[in-house]
Amino acid sequence: MKITGAEILLKSLVEEGVTTIFGHPGGVILHGTDPPGDHPIKYILCRHEQVATHAAEGYYKATGRTGTVMVSSGSGVTNCVTALTDALVDSMAIVVLTGQLPAVMGWDASQEADVVGTARGCTKHSFVVFKTEEIPRIIKEAYFIARSGRPGPVLVDLPEAVMADCVAYTGHPKSVAIRGYNPQMAGHPGQIKRAAELIAQARRPVIYGGGGIIHADASEELHELVEITQIPTTLTLMGLGALPTSHPLWLGMLGMHGLYWANRCLIDADLIVAIGSRFDDRVTGKACDFGTQCKIIHVDIDPTSIQKHVKVDVPIVGDVRCVLRELNKELRKVERNWARDFEEWHGQIEAWKKQHPLRYEQRQGVIKPQYAIDMILRLTEEYDPIIATGVGQHQVWAAQFYRGRKPRRWLSSGGLGTMGYGFPAALGAQAAFPKGLVLNIDGDGGSQVTLSELSTLVDYKLPVKTFIINNRCLGMVRQWHQRVSTHQPLPAGPMHQPDFVKLAEAYGAVGIRIERPEDVKAGIEKAINTPGPVVVDVVVEREENCLPAIPAGAAITDIVRAPAPTPDKSSQAWH
Amino acid sequence: MKGQIPPRRHILTLLVENQVGVLARIAGLIAAKGYNIDSVSVGETMDASVSRVTLVVHGDDWVMEQVLKQLNRLIEVIKVVDLTEEEFIEREMILVRVNADPPNRAEIFRIADIFRAKVVDLTHRTYTLEATGDEDKIQALLELLRPFGIKELVRTGLIAIGRVSKTPSSKLERVAGGDGEEGAKKSPAVAT
Repeated sequence: MKITGAEILLKSLVEEGVTTIFGHPGGVILHGTDPPGDHPIKYILCRHEQVATHAAEGYYKATGRTGTVMVSSGSGVTNCVTALTDALVDSMAIVVLTGQLPAVMGWDASQEADVVGTARGCTKHSFVVFKTEEIPRIIKEAYFIARSGRPGPVLVDLPEAVMADCVAYTGHPKSVAIRGYNPQMAGHPGQIKRAAELIAQARRPVIYGGGGIIHADASEELHELVEITQIPTTLTLMGLGALPTSHPLWLGMLGMHGLYWANRCLIDADLIVAIGSRFDDRVTGKACDFGTQCKIIHVDIDPTSIQKHVKVDVPIVGDVRCVLRELNKELRKVERNWARDFEEWHGQIEAWKKQHPLRYEQRQGVIKPQYAIDMILRLTEEYDPIIATGVGQHQVWAAQFYRGRKPRRWLSSGGLGTMGYGFPAALGAQAAFPKGLVLNIDGDGGSQVTLSELSTLVDYKLPVKTFIINNRCLGMVRQWHQRVSTHQPLPAGPMHQPDFVKLAEAYGAVGIRIERPEDVKAGIEKAINTPGPVVVDVVVEREENCLPAIPAGAAITDIVRAPAPTPDKSSQAWH
Repeated sequence: MKGQIPPRRHILTLLVENQVGVLARIAGLIAAKGYNIDSVSVGETMDASVSRVTLVVHGDDWVMEQVLKQLNRLIEVIKVVDLTEEEFIEREMILVRVNADPPNRAEIFRIADIFRAKVVDLTHRTYTLEATGDEDKIQALLELLRPFGIKELVRTGLIAIGRVSKTPSSKLERVAGGDGEEGAKKSPAVAT
């Protein structure tokens, strides 16, 4: 029996295990968004294609299952570009299905864009389907490429004629064979042995882990490595959650706004064990000054990440989970009293923690943003929430004060730093876990980039709790302007902001405002106990800065620390 | 990071899927990383589903490591080899139209003869020569023709092939040799 391309597409998606599609419909994808017959796939109509694509990222990061997006042609696709780029740098497995003009391309027709050309720089791979018969094979390959190796976004352009044509469906392919694509899973045994030897000899080692650990589902293996070797461990923004934050060897986040002692460990270490991380400039600072005094082991599935910025002594290309399993086997054979050997190193780190603690002072009057975020994290910890963030100061504070026990609970835009990531990422995660507690810690600037998604949350009864850390300006930009410029007023604000409580109500959500430090606790509790989507406007101190900080382009030794607290009886130090 | 070996010319030979847009991907990737392509040439191999791309790129060892890895990362690129790491034979063909007023014709003809170039077209005022050779030979020929006035120059871009017999165990045998397409049949990624 012959069926349409749209029906074949749907069958292929079901075969790939797709249950949720985020998207925005339109002219040439009508066949796709409105296929006939019963099917188990839920279509979530977002208000913007960028949001649909970020939502798929959030869905992927929270579940480990490839996110799926379906959008129309032209501006429908170009709107996805930001989110595709975000997914590419942060290695998010998503498949974006795009509508295309009937068959002939390049005629400048209505709502036409050079989709594959546009996607070239912002996808792991892209396909155009020329024949309806190719749909099952291409869908199989698209999902395989998105999820395997270093995960990434894959785009499939589907001309309307291909979707409308009727052909015989011959079933979904059982396997994929792409001769130019063969991600290496197992690490080289010789290299793993060399790595184990270096670790066995190290006196002041540190583990620097990244998002690759989460993508490879290798948190258990990392945990085991830390347990065997007693090596203190820091994680990047993308790696948060790979080790429980309550672990005694957990150092906190490193990098530009990382914790002082985490960065200090990288400066003083004699061995850096980099796992699933890519020596991003936000981590290394001036790359040529990074790691020159120590040995470096680098485990990554993406060969292009190795030796890109920093020279590495023992590179290991492979799946982080496979490599760590073998490495742990090797290290278990090592006869060494790790805890005793690292006593001095651990002691040094404790001393740094005492000398330069992460702190803020919540006095009476105005809410400190750190206090608000710290309280949100403390008060929700028992629910094991999924936390999405926007980009900016609030993101840094949320990462610095993060409390989490499990991977795939932290959603943040790292590589691209996309403002507006919070709402959609939370949306995607909540769609995957309708009963779980999903928080969006956002800024007043970033939340307005994708505020339209409040409608989607209300539509689908997705009870995301959004906390807008409202400082009435683009805080991070203001902070750096303050450092480099004497111009007043600064281009980052103050900005006029809407009344977020009224706005939430206008959208059909619940709005709450918190303005005084003594109301913070009750406000947060009220928000998490209110059913349905909630927006909490947390009005905070405007001029608070994110510290510690390493100025862009500087070496990590140039870390700028928080000033010592001024003695004040009414102040309350938390850390 | 800077390389240890100073920038030099590298000839890369790629086996790629013979599909729409592959060349654009390769060119786009190299451009996006800020590297310049000196020349590129493309043609089908014995297997019509596979094309060979020959790229000439300048860079130090660190740049080249990145270029090779990045090219390898492209799904449609089946194999990449830096021929300059091995022994190889290179050729380029040019068509060059040069001013050939009657007093100069004999001299130009002599130069062409020495370089084994052919006169493929002529007018009262010009000769059009066809020549093949490696980069040095082509350069030398052009230098000698320059004083007469070169009206137009068309180059194919470099192509190159590894010297299999000299490096029997090398990867070149598998990729760039007479049965290069064998190299294309590397173990594919399989998922079920």
